[in-house]
Amino acid sequence: MTNHWVDIKNTDLVLIMGGNAAEAHPCGFKWVTEAKAHRKARLIVVDPRFTRSAAVSDFYAPIRAGTDIAFLGGVINYLLTNDRIHHEYVKHYTDMSFLVKDEFSFANGLFSGYDPETRKYDRSSWGYQIGADGYAVTDPALQHPRCVYQLMKAHYSRYTPEMVSTVCGTPQDAFLKVCEAIAETAAADRTMTIMYALGWTQHSVGSQMIRTGAMVQLLLGNIGVAGGGMNALRGHSNIQGLTDLGLLANLLPGYLTLAGDAEQDYQAYIAKRASKPLRPGQLSYWQNYAKFHVSLMKAWFGDAASASNDWCYDWLPKMDKGYDLLDVFEDMGQGKVNGYVCQGFNPLGSAPCKVKVSNSLSKLKFLVIIDPLATETSEFWQNHGEYNDVDPAKIQTEVFRLPSTCFAEEDGSLINSGRWLQWHWKAAEPPGEARSDQEIMAGLFLRIRALYEKEGGAFPEPILNLTWKHRIPAFPSPEELAKEFSGKALKDLTDPKDPGKVLVKAGEQLSAFAELRDDGSTSSGCWLFAGCWSEKGNLMARRDNADPFGIGQTLNWAYSWPANRRILYNRASCDPSGKPYDPTRKLIAWDAGAGKWGGADVPDFKIDSAPEEGMNPFIMNPEGVARFFAVDKMAEGPFPEHYEPFETPLAENPLSPQNPAVLSSPAARVFKDDWATFGKPDKFPYVGTTYRLTEHFHFWTKHARLNAILQPEQFVEIGEELAKEKGIRAGDHVRVRSNRGHIVAVAVVTRRLMTLDVAGRKTHTVGVPLHWGFMGLAKNGYLTNTLTPFVGDGNTQTPEFKAFLVDVEKV
Amino acid sequence: MALQSLDIKARSATTTQPPAARDPLHVAKLIDISKCIGCKACQVACMEWNDLRDEVGTNAGIYDNPRDLTDQSWTVMRYSEVEVQQGRLEWLIRKDGCMHCEDPGCLKACPAPGAIVQYVNGIVDFHEEHCIGCGYCITGCPFNVPRISKKDSKAYKCTLCSDRVAVGREPACVKTCPTGAIVFGSKRDMIEHAEGRIADLKARGYANAGLYNPEGVGGTHVMYVLQHADQPELYAGLPKDPHISPLVGLWKGITKPLMSLGIGLAVFAGFFHYVTAGPKEVEDEKVD
Amino acid sequence: MSTIQRYTAQERSNHWVVAIAFVLAGLSGLALFHPAFFFLTHLFGGGPWTRILHPFLGAVLFLSFMGMAARFWRYNRITPADRQWMARIKDVLCNRDQGLPEVGKYNAGQKYLFWLLVVCIPVLLVSGIVIWQPWFAPYFPVGLLRIAVVLHALAAWIVILAIIVHVYAAIWVKGSIRAMLRGTVSEAWARHHHRAWYRDVTGK
Repeated sequence: MTNHWVDIKNTDLVLIMGGNAAEAHPCGFKWVTEAKAHRKARLIVVDPRFTRSAAVSDFYAPIRAGTDIAFLGGVINYLLTNDRIHHEYVKHYTDMSFLVKDEFSFANGLFSGYDPETRKYDRSSWGYQIGADGYAVTDPALQHPRCVYQLMKAHYSRYTPEMVSTVCGTPQDAFLKVCEAIAETAAADRTMTIMYALGWTQHSVGSQMIRTGAMVQLLLGNIGVAGGGMNALRGHSNIQGLTDLGLLANLLPGYLTLAGDAEQDYQAYIAKRASKPLRPGQLSYWQNYAKFHVSLMKAWFGDAASASNDWCYDWLPKMDKGYDLLDVFEDMGQGKVNGYVCQGFNPLGSAPCKVKVSNSLSKLKFLVIIDPLATETSEFWQNHGEYNDVDPAKIQTEVFRLPSTCFAEEDGSLINSGRWLQWHWKAAEPPGEARSDQEIMAGLFLRIRALYEKEGGAFPEPILNLTWKHRIPAFPSPEELAKEFSGKALKDLTDPKDPGKVLVKAGEQLSAFAELRDDGSTSSGCWLFAGCWSEKGNLMARRDNADPFGIGQTLNWAYSWPANRRILYNRASCDPSGKPYDPTRKLIAWDAGAGKWGGADVPDFKIDSAPEEGMNPFIMNPEGVARFFAVDKMAEGPFPEHYEPFETPLAENPLSPQNPAVLSSPAARVFKDDWATFGKPDKFPYVGTTYRLTEHFHFWTKHARLNAILQPEQFVEIGEELAKEKGIRAGDHVRVRSNRGHIVAVAVVTRRLMTLDVAGRKTHTVGVPLHWGFMGLAKNGYLTNTLTPFVGDGNTQTPEFKAFLVDVEKV
Repeated sequence: MALQSLDIKARSATTTQPPAARDPLHVAKLIDISKCIGCKACQVACMEWNDLRDEVGTNAGIYDNPRDLTDQSWTVMRYSEVEVQQGRLEWLIRKDGCMHCEDPGCLKACPAPGAIVQYVNGIVDFHEEHCIGCGYCITGCPFNVPRISKKDSKAYKCTLCSDRVAVGREPACVKTCPTGAIVFGSKRDMIEHAEGRIADLKARGYANAGLYNPEGVGGTHVMYVLQHADQPELYAGLPKDPHISPLVGLWKGITKPLMSLGIGLAVFAGFFHYVTAGPKEVEDEKVD
Repeated sequence: MSTIQRYTAQERSNHWVVAIAFVLAGLSGLALFHPAFFFLTHLFGGGPWTRILHPFLGAVLFLSFMGMAARFWRYNRITPADRQWMARIKDVLCNRDQGLPEVGKYNAGQKYLFWLLVVCIPVLLVSGIVIWQPWFAPYFPVGLLRIAVVLHALAAWIVILAIIVHVYAAIWVKGSIRAMLRGTVSEAWARHHHRAWYRDVTGK
């Protein structure tokens, strides 16, 4: 979230799209009801299903699953065509005026630089024109044909209301009604929040859907303001922490990135990431990359990391290829993986195409499961009848189950969607032999290190030199780990302007990432968290909900990264002269007397940079402004373009009907053997989509009796019209088939799944909730990922769970 | 409840005035259906606070689960898909359970003294240790709420968390409701709160929004804010004009004392006939 | 004293089974009828036991009464003489028995009582089954339960009143109790109260 849960109460309009907050985030959803109650906010839901969120909305518009870019592209077109944008904001705080390289082009659904062989773009043409001064060239009048504004206007002119309706199946009047409501928030004193979740991420173009939403918000001046923002509702209570701490294959903690194979040189690695400002007077905060990176290396390797060995840069793995979830299971299926440690993860249910995952797991020599529950993955080798029809005799994988604690059985911090690090305390002792995850990992590490010490090995240094200064080595405490993430001074830190003045004494906890140094005098396991455990103590454990400004920022409640800042880009809530656009929603303002920024929130800005200095609010970007033109950051292109899901009921992409290569995303990675597993609409005519229910949490709560009572048995949802065609009545058992397998479930026949008119033909949606499996207290059911295709987003490789093709029949 | 035993407004099968020295706050729970997302957290809170665990059932092709109130499920959500305005689908989700009527039909019908009491604060509570399991409360209830346990043959229903309310806390469902769709307080405050909600709903195009506090049962201590107060039946058959069945009234009102009197009179009539007219005796005679 | 056999041992037993079942069902039913009678539940081991036993007692009452009805129904056919007898009920009550129409095994009062019971006891059974917790009641809609409860109470009330009359009549008409206890009546009693029946059995 750019903003946070409580801040949603400050909005005028809530757009829930690509998510179902009432269903999946009922507690956070309370802030929507607060906004409705106290700001008379309106709630609009755009979704393939009339959801629980839609049940309490002011307006609902249906949409075909997987077509959100077309819808939002249509909104962009509406806003630009009708000139319903926040002019001053857009002009000053975005890249609208930047000129794009002449080589950049878009035609037939493809951007310049496409190589159909590799299905990848050469992104070198996707950039700004750079002037002789080294800065990007701009045209503040927005008239230059190569300026972002003009290119974008041309790009989205194709997304007419007629086109939106053709692609999305949304009736035109409903679409225009949504546009009109959204456009009202272009006023400086009106704002909109967008709440989205896996309904946007789990598409082959998921990242671009989110970007399109962000572009809408930028046009309206709704980023950085109270009650605005792009608000990702995280699916797991700590999934925000997962990405923050770099638990993705290509990341290091704090969104530092792992080097590629070609990047063997440390200085080049840093230089590429420590981007210099692209416009005069801009902060370009990533210039500090080296400080973050060196502090991380010091946290990991301590004294072994020094300037002379490039802070152990050589010990870090270099990416020769992807190692994302799909990649790993592809490799596993090819017999390239011996062992798999599966910690708090149930890939048999959570990774796409169950049969492929099962086959892959069967090729392992060993599988380690660290989990509080007996998951489907831990029992993948057992025959559970129709629900898991495997032959244990043919599976040689040795499975080790290491029972771990659940969140309520340990101290620690969880990071919520709003980026709050909230400390929590153990509520109960774990049962049986369960141990905490860090205890299990420590046990593994200490044994492996002992083996390396005893037997040597190919590359023992990183293991032997890893910092492990825990009071009880076999049990690193949550407090110790938290302090390590937050960081400390390894030497006395002196004031660069006055070397005699010691700012932080050696051994003291740091109070902010601004104190980090690239000379090895500081350590911080995750720079973003720096300050969460300072000399003042554990700030994550704070529970003071005082709200002195009455705008819900509660700076003394827990700790929000970065720097306890509650709303990102909050400088953008003020006009260029430093006055709040909406005084009733004042977050910060320039205090000329004090010579600094201040207010209800921690300024996301150089605190003493006066407005006249011309520094812009988006300090993480070298441009200082937000980007409509994504330059080379996105796999599919700088402007989001609608591509169909990999399994689509359409024969052609209505936006580029002449080019079959762009029916679906041209930049999504598809493994060779997986093309054949995609189904076609002649055999699988209906759009399938998977989702969560409020009664359950993923695959955990089917092990809990209370939840099992609330939603005991697997079901699928079918619209009344389709049910009538197929002679299916509510309560009947139906078989839902995709090209990869089938599930059998009870049919819920509902008006809430509407038949849509897509490109002139009726399109039915089949809704598949995902919570059942063959373990637990609820009635056994099929893992829904039996149905889903093995393809992910072109940037994140998040699987396409939200749109695929199925057929349905009465059993 | 030791303290609540001082504040009893009515007691089943009791013909004299129960203790009513104090006059505590009259309470009410207000359920705002327009804010309810049907998350069933209230069902869980109810099960947890009251230590109830229903069966793990099956899916019957609807979201409702458990499908109906039981002795283990004192509240359930009922989901209705309606189109009041052509083309505008609504998913109305109503939390069903005891309405805590001001004029409680269950209490009126109950033959077991003290098995059902109505506290002065408005809560209608079952005291199962006095329940004889006859099920008459079911016939008395205009909302079809009480359920007889298969295990112990006692009647059960929502207590409005009388144990929590007695110590100044809100019912468990109110505490847990994530959207504030369920609120609790004095009945007067709840009516006032509802007025604000109704004004908001009217501003959002629900011209017939209103409060459900039916007069037929003297008003209730569980009230609903309805988007379509003119058609409560839309909400999974919420009765439009609930009242205690005239059959129950007929049978439980003055009729029974009169009938009892009739029985007594019959006995006395016989006695006085014997005293006045005397027995019918026949002289034994010799038969030849 | 010469006697006539009025009831066989089986008939007497049958009657007393009905009578005992009636008293028990009646008392347990009254206990639930009005708070004033709730104390009667103590006779049956408390409220729940009263609720548990009452329907079984009722079932015994019904079955035994049906047995009795099968034995006696043919003596209870209403005849024109019965109507004349009823017209003079005032004289009967005032013990002015001279000149009453001849009475068969049963007089009109007894016959009407019989038929009243024949109607009311099945009503009690059927309505009782509908409200029988926990076995049958859950299978019936609430509306039906409400009707059944009222019918049950009403039928029971009628039966109770009728039985009060019946019991009083037995006390009032001396020699009657002995008929049902010992099975015999005196000739005089038979000749006086049931002359037609007397002639039938004695041939006199």
